[in-house]
Amino acid sequence: MVDVSMPSLAPQRRLFRLAGNTRVLAGGSVLALLVLVALTATWIAPFDPLDQDLAAQMQPPVFSAGTGSHWLGADSLGRDLLSRLIYGTRIALEVAVFAAMPTAILGTALGLIAGYYGGVLDAIISRLVDVWTSFPPVLLSIILVALIGTGLSSVVIAIIVIDWTRFCRVIRAETVKQRHMDYVDAAVVAGLRPLTILWREIVPNVLPLAVVLLTLEMGIAITVEAILSFVGLSVSSDTPTWGGMIAEGRTVVHQAPWIMAFPMLALLVTVLALNMLGDGLKAELDPVLR
Amino acid sequence: MLVDRILSRLLQAIPTLAGVAVIVFVLVRVVPGNPIAMMLPPGATQADIERLKALYGFDKSIAEQFLIWTSHALFGDFGISISLRQSVMGLVFSKLPATLELVLLATMVAVSLGVSLAVVGTRFQSEWPEAVIDGLTGFVQSVPDFIWSLALILVLGVLFPVLPISGRSDPRIGLNYATPFQLTESLVRLDARAFFDIFRHMIMPALALALPFAAIVARVLKSSLAEEMTQDYVLLARVKGFSEWRVIVGEALRNAAIPTVILTGVQFTFLIGGTVLVERIFSYPGIGNLAIDAVLNRDLPLIQGLVLVFAVLFITINLLLDFATVALNPKLSHG
Repeated sequence: MVDVSMPSLAPQRRLFRLAGNTRVLAGGSVLALLVLVALTATWIAPFDPLDQDLAAQMQPPVFSAGTGSHWLGADSLGRDLLSRLIYGTRIALEVAVFAAMPTAILGTALGLIAGYYGGVLDAIISRLVDVWTSFPPVLLSIILVALIGTGLSSVVIAIIVIDWTRFCRVIRAETVKQRHMDYVDAAVVAGLRPLTILWREIVPNVLPLAVVLLTLEMGIAITVEAILSFVGLSVSSDTPTWGGMIAEGRTVVHQAPWIMAFPMLALLVTVLALNMLGDGLKAELDPVLR
Repeated sequence: MLVDRILSRLLQAIPTLAGVAVIVFVLVRVVPGNPIAMMLPPGATQADIERLKALYGFDKSIAEQFLIWTSHALFGDFGISISLRQSVMGLVFSKLPATLELVLLATMVAVSLGVSLAVVGTRFQSEWPEAVIDGLTGFVQSVPDFIWSLALILVLGVLFPVLPISGRSDPRIGLNYATPFQLTESLVRLDARAFFDIFRHMIMPALALALPFAAIVARVLKSSLAEEMTQDYVLLARVKGFSEWRVIVGEALRNAAIPTVILTGVQFTFLIGGTVLVERIFSYPGIGNLAIDAVLNRDLPLIQGLVLVFAVLFITINLLLDFATVALNPKLSHG
C-alpha cells in the first residue's frame, strides 16, 4: 500500500539519517547517558546514597573549596550528593518509561478510535478530553495522588490519568486527516475491513507523531514526578529523587545552594534533552517539514 | 442576542459546578485514610472518635452529608477547616486576594513581554533579532515553571541576593491593612515603602509564572502578525508612507489579536493552576499554598472548598473569555 509519511528507505539508512540531525543526536546522547547512569548506578556511585557522614554535613563541592571525598558536596545529613543524583536518575527514568508509555498507548488508542470511527464514539471521547483539560494538571495530579495515596505507582497512575488527553487530541486530529486521504479510500475499495485499515494503514502513518509526543511526555512525566517529590507526595523520603533533593535543598538554599542546584540542573538538562530530541524527530519524521 | 448568550452560558455553568461539587465530595470520602484518626492523639478511645465524627458530621451517610453540606454551602458556609480550625470561607477570602494579585501581575508581565517580543520579531523579520527571539522563546517555553522558580531563587536570591525568596512582605514593615489585597491597598494608600516591599516579594514568583506564558504569547502573536503582514491593507498603509512600526502596531496588531486573546484566557486558567506550585516554592501565602497544606493534612472541608473555588474561577474566566471573543469578532456578534 502507499506509504505517505516514510520514503522507502532501509531501516538502517533511516536510523543513520536520524543520527545526522544535530538535535536528535544531542538529545539522544544525553538520554543514552542517563540510561547508562541509571543501569550502572550501583557500580558508579562513589557512596551509598543513604549513608550519613555526619562530619561532611553541607560540605561544598570539590571545585569550590570542598575537601576530597564528596565530589559534588554533601547534603544537610552528610549524604553524598553525586551518589544521590545518580540513584535519582533511576526514579526519573522509571517514571519516564512506566508513566509515559501507557499514557501514549491509552491516548493514541482513544485518539485513533475517535478519529477513525467518528460519530457517537468521537463525541464521547472529545467531550471527555474537553472536561479533562479544563482543570489545571498540577492541581489535578496533587489532588489525585493525595486521594490514592503517595508512592511511585500513584505518581505513575496520576500521570496516565491526567496526560492521555495530550495524545488523544493530537492523534485524533491526525487520524481524521489521514482518513480522508486517497490511500484509505483505495483500501476501502480493495475490501479491507475497517480494523485492518486502521491497524495496517493508518497506525503506521500516525506513529511518527505519537513517537514525537512520547518524547515530550517523558520530559513532562519526569518533571511531574519531581514536582510531586518536591511537595512530598511521591516516594518515601528515604529513596533519593531529584525532586526530593530539590525540596531538601530549598530549605537550606542560603547556607548550601549547591544542594538544590545540582538536582535542578539534572532535571533541566534532562527536560531540555528530551525536548530537543522531540523537536529533532518532528523535523525528521514530518514529511511536510522535511 | 449577547444577553441571551450570557444568560445561557451562566445557566450552563450551574450543572458544571454541581458536578464538580458532587465528584469532589464523593471522592474525598470513599478513598482510604481517616482524617479523624489523624486529629486525635494516640490512645484516644472509641467514644472520643465517635464524638469527633459527630462533630464534623462524618457519622452520617454520604448522601446525608452531601445534603447538609450543600444546604450550608448555598449560604456561603463551607464548614470548618479540620487542620486550621477556622471557617473555610474565611480562609479562602484571606488567601485568595494574594493569589489574584500574583496572577494578575504575572499576566501583565507575560502579555507585555510577549507582545513586545512579537512586535520586535515582526519588525525585523528575517533579520538577526527575529532569529534571537525565536530561539529565546523556544528555550523559555521548553523549561517548566517549576525549574524557572528554582533557577530564579538561585540566581536572584542566592548568587546575587537582590530579591527576597519567600513570603509576601517583610514582617518588619508591620503591615496592618484593612483588606487582604495588600499590593492594591498599598497603592491606594500611596504607601511607597509597603508597595515596593510587597512588589519585590512578588517579582520572582510572577516571573516564574510569566516566562513560559510570555513565550507562548510571543510565538502565537508573531505567527498571526506574519499572516496579517501579507494582507492588502498593510501594503496600503506602507504606500501611504507609514513607518514600519506604525504599520505593525497601528494596523496589523489589532487584526492579529484574536487568537492571542483566546490563548491568553486559556493560559490564564493554567496560570492559576501553576500558582499552586509556585506559591509553594516561594512560601507565598495564597490559596495554592493553602491547597497543598490541605491535601497533605487530608483536611476534607478545606480541600472541598478550595476545589470549588478553583472551579468557580475557571468557569468565570472561560465565560469572560467567551464574551471577549464575541466582542472582538464582529462576525460572531452580528449573528
